[in-house]
Order: sequence, then structure tokens, then C-alpha cells
Amino acid sequence: MGFFELILLTFLVVCAVAASLNKNLLTSIVIFMSYSVIMSIIWIILESPDLAITEAAVGAGVTSVLFFVALKKIHAMKEENDDEN
Amino acid sequence: MRIRPDYENTAWRKFERFVNGEPSYEIDERDKLETEMEIASTEDRERNEKIEEVLMDAEDIKSERHRKEIAALYHKYQNWPETKGLKIFQRGYRILAVVFCMAIISVLLYTVVYLPEFGNPNNPANSNEVVTTYIEEGMEATGAVNIVTGVILDYRAFDTLGESHVLFIAACCVLILLRIDKGKSGKLSKANQDEQDSDSKYEPKNDKILQKVSFLLVPPIIIYGIYVILNGHLSPGGGFSGGAIIGAGLILYLNAFGFEKTEKFFTYKTFSAVSFGSLIFYACAKSYSFFTGANHLNSHIPLGTPGDIISAGLILPLNIAVGLVVACTMYGFYALFRKGGM
Repeated sequence: MGFFELILLTFLVVCAVAASLNKNLLTSIVIFMSYSVIMSIIWIILESPDLAITEAAVGAGVTSVLFFVALKKIHAMKEENDDEN
Repeated sequence: MRIRPDYENTAWRKFERFVNGEPSYEIDERDKLETEMEIASTEDRERNEKIEEVLMDAEDIKSERHRKEIAALYHKYQNWPETKGLKIFQRGYRILAVVFCMAIISVLLYTVVYLPEFGNPNNPANSNEVVTTYIEEGMEATGAVNIVTGVILDYRAFDTLGESHVLFIAACCVLILLRIDKGKSGKLSKANQDEQDSDSKYEPKNDKILQKVSFLLVPPIIIYGIYVILNGHLSPGGGFSGGAIIGAGLILYLNAFGFEKTEKFFTYKTFSAVSFGSLIFYACAKSYSFFTGANHLNSHIPLGTPGDIISAGLILPLNIAVGLVVACTMYGFYALFRKGGM
């Protein structure tokens, strides 16, 4: 196992733990997106590009967008806007 | 008839009373007795009432004491679930969670030790009969250069049919849960109208950066998705990945330009027609090979030369069908979440 893969796997574990421990839901979703991107790179290293494409499109793209919309629907992102203003 | 004033005390009257069996005491005596009896009965009644009152009082005191005891108990334990009970529960929950996690981690690590070495060609997974057959004969049997697509859409096409139906059912469930209905009068109710208005207020209608970027990005994204779908049997990718890419591109377009633009080409009718048509086509195309004996080698669809775009028999049309279903579902999810309609 090369150095690059070790870095990727460490990032994967760190992202997984951080996504579940984070108090802010918005940050959690962004961390989850990065988790999906790292996972898709790992899929390429494991020589399954089919899964890599799907993971990048679904995991990092559509799922996160749906999470964002759900957060907006339950007004969980309102405080953020107030803080910015 | 005239009656003597002392008629009651005459001998005749006494005799008559005797004959009739009436009480023989004098009238004064009777009155006296009656008054005595009345007095006695009133005394009795009063005494009874007094006793009853005393009894009732005793009962009252008893029940009052009981109620007070219950109230005290209730007061004592009223806040128990919110204060002490919650604390106990939280502590127990944390301890249990840690113990549970530790148990699962230790079991998994214990199993990992016995796994074969990563990437070793002599691993049991690599010397499996099924895998060898797929790798060696997959291209001849299915005509697909990409073995994964060959397996997904030819050997295991029935599974993929189920998967596309799962997506379709998920979209239907989201539709049932999140759709905003028009009332009987054909107008939206006030709450729903407010919901829609507040949603369109947040919509970035004239965000120049987003519009320019998506103007440049959306066509390549959608073309790449189409490429992934059409080349599913030649290169990595396939219906599901390509459909997800197209759906993501559509979502980006919708975010940049709003619902007014997308509703020109994608409405609820388009969604239902495209997904339904694709699923029906998939079911028919696959049941053809099932009804002809489920042996793909003997179906009369030419496989073509492996490597060409139009080859591999049914895999290309099936890929297109799956891609359409997935793209519609992804876009439909987003539209339903945002607006409660398409």
C-alpha cells in the first residue's frame, strides 16, 4: 500500500468521524461530500471506475444537494443567514 | 247528621270501636302517643344523620389523606423523567453505545485478520469458477467490452430491472409525501401558497456568477452523461452513472435559471411518460429473452463486433432506458423537495 493511499484512507476515517461528531448540520454535509469524493478516488485506485463515477455523481452531487434542500425546508440554515447578516 | 261534641267518649262509640277493631285508647292519649312517636322518630332521624355525618367525615378524612399522599408521591416523582431519569438514561445510553461500538469494532478487526492478502492472484475470489467464466467468456457471450455492464445488464439483467423499479417506487413515495395538492377549487391553500412564495423568494433568480458558470458547465455535463450512457458497454459507466450525471446537470440548470425555464421541457407529464415508458421497455425487452428460454446466446438479436457503439445486442437500449429512469428520478427528487411538484 502506497503513501498516497494511506493518506486517502486516513482522510476517509477522519471525514467519517468528523461528519458524525460535528454539531453544525451544514458543516456535516460538506464533510460528507468530501468523504464521497475521497471514496470515489479510492474506488479508482481499487480499479472499479464504474463505481467511482456513480459515487462522484450520486454521493457527492445529488445526495448532498438533497440534504441541503432538506435542511432549508426544516429551516435549519436560517441561523447561518442571520449570523451573516 | 248532628253529632254530639263528646261523641267520641260515649259508650256506644266505645262499643262501635270495639266491634270495628279500632284502637280503644282515648283521643287525647292517641294524640299524645303520636306526638311522642313523632318526636322519637325525629330524634332517631337526627341521631342517624349525625352518625352518618360522622361516618362521612371519617371517610372524607381518609380519602383526603389518601389523595394528599398520592399528590406528594406525584410531586416527588413528577420531574423524575426530566431530571434524574434523563441523566440516568443518557449515561446508560452513552455507556451502551461505547460498549456496542467496541464490540462491533473488535469483531470486525478479528475477522479482518483472517482475510486473504489484498491483491494476491491466488485469492479464492480470483480463482472462483463463476468469476473466471465471466472474465473469459463474458465478451463473447454478451458482446460488451466492459465486463461490469455485461454482467449488470445481461447476466444479471433481472436484478437491474428490480433496481430501476426501486428507484421508481422511491420517486413515487416522495411524490406522495411531498407533493403540494391543489384543493377542490383548483387553487392552492394559503399555507401552501406561502410555502411556494417563500421558496421562490430564496431562489437565486439573477445570480450572474451561477448563471454564467452553469451556462458553460451544464452542456458539457449533460453531454458527458449521454456519453457515459451510450458508451456503457465499451468503457466504465453505464445507465445508472450516466443518469445520475444528467440528473445532476439538470439540477444545476434548475438552480441557476429557476423553475420557469425547466418547466418548458420537463413537467410532471414528461416525468411520468419517460419513466413509465423506459420501465415498460426494459421489462418487455428483458422478458423477450426470458420467454425464449433465458439463454442469451440463442436470442436472435445480433451481438455485432465488440467495440462498436452499436453492438452487444440489447445492452445499449437497456442502458438508455435505465439512464432515462435515473435522470428523471434524480431531477424529480430535487423538484419535489424544492417545490412540492414538477
